[in-house]
Amino acid sequence: MPELARVRAEIDNVYRKDSRKIFATLIRLLGDFDRAEEALADAFRAAVEKWPTEGIPQNPASWLVSAGRFKSIDKQRREKRFDHLEDRPDVSEALADESARPDLLPELLEDDRLRLVFTCCHPAIAPDAQVALTLREVCGLTTEEIAAAFLTPAPTMAQRIVRAKGKIRDANIPYQVPSREELPQRLDSVLRCVYLVFNEGYSASRGDSATRADLSSEAIRLGRLVLELLPEPEVRGLLALMLLHESRREARATADGELILLDDQDRQLWNRELIAEGSALVRAALTTRSVGPYALQAAIAALHAEAPTPADTDWSEIIGFYDILMRLTPSPIIALNRTVAVAQLHGPALALEHLDGLLADGALDNYQLAHAARADFLRRLDRHAEARDAYTRAIALTAQGPARRFLEKRLAALPDR
Amino acid sequence: MKYLCLVYLAPDVWNACPDSVCADYGQTLKTNGKLIDGQPLHPTSTATTVRVRNGQLAITDGPFAETKEALAGFYLIDARDLNEAIQIAAKIPPAKFGSIEVRPTRELVVDEMPRATPDNVSRAAAAAGP
Repeated sequence: MPELARVRAEIDNVYRKDSRKIFATLIRLLGDFDRAEEALADAFRAAVEKWPTEGIPQNPASWLVSAGRFKSIDKQRREKRFDHLEDRPDVSEALADESARPDLLPELLEDDRLRLVFTCCHPAIAPDAQVALTLREVCGLTTEEIAAAFLTPAPTMAQRIVRAKGKIRDANIPYQVPSREELPQRLDSVLRCVYLVFNEGYSASRGDSATRADLSSEAIRLGRLVLELLPEPEVRGLLALMLLHESRREARATADGELILLDDQDRQLWNRELIAEGSALVRAALTTRSVGPYALQAAIAALHAEAPTPADTDWSEIIGFYDILMRLTPSPIIALNRTVAVAQLHGPALALEHLDGLLADGALDNYQLAHAARADFLRRLDRHAEARDAYTRAIALTAQGPARRFLEKRLAALPDR
Repeated sequence: MKYLCLVYLAPDVWNACPDSVCADYGQTLKTNGKLIDGQPLHPTSTATTVRVRNGQLAITDGPFAETKEALAGFYLIDARDLNEAIQIAAKIPPAKFGSIEVRPTRELVVDEMPRATPDNVSRAAAAAGP
């Protein structure tokens, strides 16, 4: 491969692997989100310029941090032509650093990403904005991807993120990991955010692929990072849940990216290592006195994972866990999932009764899976005309390719009436 | 960095916190160099609202808006960052009974004049001519 192409490939590789880590470190060094973003872009531009002739550095990520930081400080110096540099201690200090020890590359601390996560999830920022900001800044999702995950219009989401950054800047929210005392309270938001990232990767809300592997492993990595810092039951529970979902990745879609339902999946393709790890974490999480929602959801996932065939699934135990979950954190989506389990244990008629009760509330009106589930119950009850309506409704609400095609196939398979 | 901590209280808890307790806390903050200024306020019944529209002065009795919790006082503090400001606000005695709004202050933006440096001055002098 020609030299230039090799260098370009390496830069792409570093971008894919390390750009978020580099970004987090740049925020620490520059103290500002927008400057860090500019610096990141400048750094990669510098790499494209210099590496073909200078060669690929031994520690590419550190080189990029250094380059980005230097360019940013240089830019700031040029922007403030009339200010005396003595009045800007941060700039002059940084410049002094650069010139005094040019060989000392800035450390990309693992901590930087955690710091970034906790800052983005600060309680002074509105909860929805916390998650949006984290998804944007820590995980690099686009505003559109985040908007789809929240069933929110993209401009609304963009506004939300801009306001959150403004809040951090104007109110001076410090870029820090919370103290031990504040930590548990701050953790709640972080876990919620990590789970949303995982879900975005697990079932992409837009586009043609049913899953996006990078985001899911990103979320799992974040989960492990947080677990290291805070070995709490709910962190265990969340990590377990993600690992157990992830264990089914290979079985979840065909080679063409078409959806395969849980019941139809080849269980030989399930990753037993991830299942073992997830199950162990669940067991540990369930032994504590205060069992939380993530641990409970993980327990349900573990029951699926441990069944050799669909027929062996312990649906009664699963419904039991849903009941506890509903008491802890009542939500229409959990109630919906419970009806699916009810259909397996008690048949679709009872499940449909429960689901119609939920839909009467209106909360699930725009939720594709509610109508898809309803369509499925109706199909199993041979109420084909109603099933057709429900599938049509579900399809209208589905932005994602494989899920859409799956529903269309089911719709087409209904007998003509 | 300066933060304004606005103390809001509902009528039923307006007097829940004795002045002496608030004064003590103010003194503590002053000793720690965190307090720039602070004052309790008379109730909203003593307020007068002033507006000028189209050159016309309008004076009304009462606060600018009737709210359930009303402004009862303020602390202007100096804190390192929002976390410290929050810690300080949390210990304001009325926080137990009402709400404390913590708002960062900003500097007024005034037109920048180029600073006089020896270069500027001699260049300006040269440009000005004999």
